[in-house]
Amino acid sequence: MSYSATEIMTIVASRFLTNSDICFVGIGAPSAACNLARLTHAPDITLIYESGTLGTRPDVLPLSIGDGELCDTALTTVSVPEMFRYWLQGGRITLGFLGGAQIDRFGNLNTTVVGDYANPKVRLPGGGGAPEIASSCGEVFIIMAMNPRAFMTRLPFITSMGHGAGRGSREALGLSTKGPTRLITDLCLFEPDPETSELTVTAIHPGVTREMIQAQCGWPVRHADKVGLTPAPTDNELAVLRDLQARTNQAHAA
Amino acid sequence: MAEFMSLSAAVEQHLRDGLTVAMEGFTHLIPYAAGHEVIRQCKRDLTIIRMTPDILYDQLIGMGLVRKMVFSWGGNPGVGSLHRMRDAVENGFPERLELEEHSHAAMANAYEAGASNLPFAVFRGYKGVDLPKVNPNIRSVACPYTGEILATVPAIRPDVAIIHALRADRQGNVMLEGIVGVQKEAVLAARASIVTVEEIVDDFGPRSANAVILPHWTVGAIVHVPGGAYPSYAHGYYKRANAFYIGWDAIARERESFAAWMKANVLDGSPDSFASLAFGSRKSA
Repeated sequence: MSYSATEIMTIVASRFLTNSDICFVGIGAPSAACNLARLTHAPDITLIYESGTLGTRPDVLPLSIGDGELCDTALTTVSVPEMFRYWLQGGRITLGFLGGAQIDRFGNLNTTVVGDYANPKVRLPGGGGAPEIASSCGEVFIIMAMNPRAFMTRLPFITSMGHGAGRGSREALGLSTKGPTRLITDLCLFEPDPETSELTVTAIHPGVTREMIQAQCGWPVRHADKVGLTPAPTDNELAVLRDLQARTNQAHAA
Repeated sequence: MAEFMSLSAAVEQHLRDGLTVAMEGFTHLIPYAAGHEVIRQCKRDLTIIRMTPDILYDQLIGMGLVRKMVFSWGGNPGVGSLHRMRDAVENGFPERLELEEHSHAAMANAYEAGASNLPFAVFRGYKGVDLPKVNPNIRSVACPYTGEILATVPAIRPDVAIIHALRADRQGNVMLEGIVGVQKEAVLAARASIVTVEEIVDDFGPRSANAVILPHWTVGAIVHVPGGAYPSYAHGYYKRANAFYIGWDAIARERESFAAWMKANVLDGSPDSFASLAFGSRKSA
């Protein structure tokens, strides 16, 4: 079956999720990947949305972070202060899954402003839960489609911290969590270099070249010594994802 | 002490120009009907507080009623930007909008500090990020026991909290269930409160011993407004009108289409206009 760039990005991301993950889910692409994993190989994954829903199993993807579907299918729903204090700050969440508007080569994210903070060219929504998801979850996955305006050498604003200025930055701030361990894009997979923490290509999706990746990235892309080839989406992965999206579109149009 | 009244009387009694108001709701139970009454009564120069300002705050800002917004995520979730908020921040239209920006963790903690009658909230956060550089209210304190540096933000103490709840009983006790957000904290942190409800009942009946209840002596005005959360939702009453949220993007994108929509649907409307829409949406859901 043929597939779109967004579909392979979502499917590749879903493959990294397991039954033992306790996952704090961002809205949009992370939510699609997490629920695809739950509907395929990881039926027992624990999904948590910041609206307070713990262990939720939505039949359609939520449009907002607190759709009724999330509460109706959750193991339990807690207040928002409890969510951020006991569960996130309490260190009980193994994996945070974020999207972003802009990213740099150390996995720092900007979702706040383009341009000067006081007089922004574009005012973005802001950080929401992301700053503390990025610091308190055991590790972080990021999912973003590549383009040179989003994959930047220098961010105008750091909304949530990845690896800061490189290896050692997190430890210097007293953080013991791992930060971003995977960046899943529509073209390839990045993982932090073990020496420098710079995001480095470790696998390339079928039909994609190194030149295509560089053309969509604002910084000089580094490749690991051994770069793998991403297995193409299976018919089953595509069918489950498309069913989920079709159910979702139908529900949101009502 | 709970007092039953009409929505227009509740807003007249509790809101004045220049006050600090928190209209809370985390996707669920957003108090649209009450917010629209604030717009109809043209209360100006407001400081509005909310973790997740969405369409309702876009409308207040677009109508030029807001001086300052305290928030942690301002967008139309799953859809895109708040175009009226962006116009105010990027172009100063119709008024300049001052922002005090936090993370969700900070605001959730700050509401809890307000409800707890503490001056500030302390938590682990804001590590390695730029918000503390642009928000002087984000500070830090050394733990007196371990020396660990922890983030602090001032407690949120609104003049008025406005929420929408599921039910009130005849005594004025208020019940919420489902995604309860920070509404209990917002009401307990505020000096005064307005609570709109879907239903007024003789008795709450069988319920979990742990349902969120605000006793009548903790709330101010109670107003019966069925459908008062539409296009947000009320758990067990009607679903979120996601199609409305998707459609709002085109309405709010241009100043003219926004103004026309507000005139037809809010300025020329009444609290009752909501009921038909919410329950219409339930039928089609």
